[in-house]
Amino acid sequence: MAKVGQPRSVFLHLEEYEVIRLCDFENLNHHEAARVMDVSRPTLTRIYAKARAKIADALVTGKQIIIEGGKIYFDSEWYKCNVCGCLFNQPEKSVTPEKCPLCGSGSIVNYVPVDDSTQVTRRAPSDICVCPGCGYEREHEPSRRCKDEECPVCGSHLIRKNNLLAKDI
Amino acid sequence: MKVAITSTGQSLESKLDQRFGRCAFFVIYDTETGGVEILPNPNKDAEEGAGPASVQLVASKEVEKIVSGEFGYKIKSLLDSLRIQMVVYKEPEKTVKSVIDMLNKQ
Repeated sequence: MAKVGQPRSVFLHLEEYEVIRLCDFENLNHHEAARVMDVSRPTLTRIYAKARAKIADALVTGKQIIIEGGKIYFDSEWYKCNVCGCLFNQPEKSVTPEKCPLCGSGSIVNYVPVDDSTQVTRRAPSDICVCPGCGYEREHEPSRRCKDEECPVCGSHLIRKNNLLAKDI
Repeated sequence: MKVAITSTGQSLESKLDQRFGRCAFFVIYDTETGGVEILPNPNKDAEEGAGPASVQLVASKEVEKIVSGEFGYKIKSLLDSLRIQMVVYKEPEKTVKSVIDMLNKQ
């Protein structure tokens, strides 16, 4: 029982609600959820920790959860014109555009950006496995230790590229 | 209504600039009066913050729409909150004049 005078509710911010929804309901990992919410992975983990703490507090001490507030920003809707090929957004969210703001044609569709989450750019040297023997390189596969992998060319164990670079120095 | 168009040069025959924050010139076109104002972009060679600074410049001209090839992620939310419409037109070969003609046809 909460003592008299103590606040009886916790305020779960909207970004904290969203992080719980993405991580625990949609079962995304922190990297994916961070991309959806357009924040960095460490920031997402921080929001997640805060959200868990608040929910735990509500559960254990019997407080009600009020979802409101927080630092959030909703992306506006994007549309594509079939005639001139331009993309445009609608800053006035309650209004649905009827014609293209550029060429005036009525042939517009909702624009859904292609999900590029499958093609993650790996340019950091840490994401490349390299063979110290022959120099063979390949993309690192997440959740696999590269030193357990064998080089298909010469058979020696692979190493992360930045570890190799560090050794060279 | 005023429309900002990013341009690579200071005439209407110049081609569209595909960048917003670091475009060479802004052409401010007034659809009601047909008036054209050409502003050089002071943030053309800025290392950082070119986008927000350019937003400030065009917002001070009270434009309601911006036509450019691309908008950076920093300014999308900024333009959203200022209620300025973004039009992404990826046609680097089109001239500013042709864009103005398209706007006039409406």
